[in-house]
Amino acid sequence: MNVLVCVKRVPLTGGRIVLTDDAQAIATQHLGFTISPHEECGVEEAVRLVEQSGGESVVLTLGPAEAEEQLRDAMALGIDRAIHLVTGGDEWDPQGTAAAIVETIEAERPAGVEYDLIVFGNESADAGGYQVGIRVAHALGLPVATGLKGVVVSDGSVRCEQEVPGGRDVFVLPLPAVVTVKEGLNFPRYPSVPGRMRAQRKPVAVRSPDAVSPRLAKVRLVSPPGQKKEAEILGHGPEAAPRVIEVLQKIGVA
Amino acid sequence: MSVLVVVERQPGAVDELSLQAVTFARALADGAPVHALVVGAHADSVTPTLGEHGVTTVHVAEDEVFASYAPLAVARATAELAGRLRATAVVAAGSERGNEVLAHLGALLDLPLAANCVEATSGDPARVTRLRWGGSLLEEADLHGDVKLLTVAPHAVSATHAPVADTSVERFAPQLSDADRVIRVSARTQAATGGVSLAEAKVVVSSGRGAGSAEGFGIIEELADLLGGAVGCSRAVTMAGWRPHTDQVGQTGTKIAPDLYIACGISGATQHMAGCKGAKAILAVNTDPDAPILASADYAVIGDLHEVVPAISAELRKARGA
Repeated sequence: MNVLVCVKRVPLTGGRIVLTDDAQAIATQHLGFTISPHEECGVEEAVRLVEQSGGESVVLTLGPAEAEEQLRDAMALGIDRAIHLVTGGDEWDPQGTAAAIVETIEAERPAGVEYDLIVFGNESADAGGYQVGIRVAHALGLPVATGLKGVVVSDGSVRCEQEVPGGRDVFVLPLPAVVTVKEGLNFPRYPSVPGRMRAQRKPVAVRSPDAVSPRLAKVRLVSPPGQKKEAEILGHGPEAAPRVIEVLQKIGVA
Repeated sequence: MSVLVVVERQPGAVDELSLQAVTFARALADGAPVHALVVGAHADSVTPTLGEHGVTTVHVAEDEVFASYAPLAVARATAELAGRLRATAVVAAGSERGNEVLAHLGALLDLPLAANCVEATSGDPARVTRLRWGGSLLEEADLHGDVKLLTVAPHAVSATHAPVADTSVERFAPQLSDADRVIRVSARTQAATGGVSLAEAKVVVSSGRGAGSAEGFGIIEELADLLGGAVGCSRAVTMAGWRPHTDQVGQTGTKIAPDLYIACGISGATQHMAGCKGAKAILAVNTDPDAPILASADYAVIGDLHEVVPAISAELRKARGA
């Protein structure tokens, strides 16, 4: 089966988020980059499905030139090839992103490329729009299930499991289908050195979609107010234990 | 003009996040009628509750597909109703299901959707403030479209009463295609039960890389047991394979809301803090007095968790006279 997994380059934010002076982005000059943990599980799932049943695994991103790093990372884990929709660096809104992905999938069809499963993270780490996968599914006329922690493909269908309080809800969709997944779906592997070297030779197809005017248009980013607290220091080392018990009793949990 | 709210139900009641969405919608409607959509058999049992919260009309969509959760069918019913009401905005809770249904609606109507809003003004475009990075950052954005689609971030507002005298109930059978019925829950598997649920625990005791190993969680489990709480962990711990992902607190793990969160050897990365900002109080145990978590904690003990945590357990036993 052929599996497409879509990922987004985001900064590794660490302990404190600092904004650029124009408040349009996170200041990233001292930060590394990654993809969402949900998407890491999506990449792993794509690699496993193709290992089990043959076919081709493909990773796609829409982002700046630097996002090639995330495509190579995915290929180091076993993804066969990559598609890079290169942007000027401005963020695209969910509708624009979905439209560019759909256009790319449709452009591959004359060459005989058809995907059985298209995988997204449930939501991106940064924008958290919860919608690109669903929009792509609608545009392609495919069924979609979201927030999955179980994906089992058999006999032309995919069994999708969603964690809910007390258990899991099961959806069974005919293939081809779109799924959006969550961390916990699987345990992603680490890249090997040979895997990293092979990734450098794998093909990256580059396309330059036309930017459209966003209909959910970012004005500025803002740090949430009033979060900074002054923690009351109860003490140093094990000698602090009696003070801790007093606090537990005050809160009513001792 | 009017505003339509897609309401989720729990057995016998309206979901709390949906009541928050109704309260948010009331402010957005600014005096115009607030309509609610519920789906499924006996759905109108929630009418009195919705009326207390300011809903003027409860619309009940009836179809056998609504016997279980069917997000696309709910979105199709919403689209039909919003058109008939000439709704200027459609609102839902920023829950997994609320976000999913409104994303389907956005795709059906080719309209933008702003997920997890904490504020919104009417107008065209509407100015919204929404969560990014699981709430570690906010975004102000302009939301376009003839009908404004948005979901309300959990706990952005408290549900408040604004009773309506005679809330009416209207039933309808939405036009659904076969494709609309394909996406539905066809079975539910039961989780193995045991221990205290992390999401609902009154106390959560957690650790990060500082635990040192899977075995290092023994003292964390001991304290959690003494307090009748649950064990949590950071993403670094699940990545190391020391604990299952179901124990992970964070943006991509479980969101917790205990009375007390005891974070031992956890630095306080934004990924982690996005999962515990619902905690009423945080006690940090950390060797580093400058760790980022201290900026979010109410109490702190500066020291090595391997010494401090057993001392807390011992003191607790002593206090209980055991």
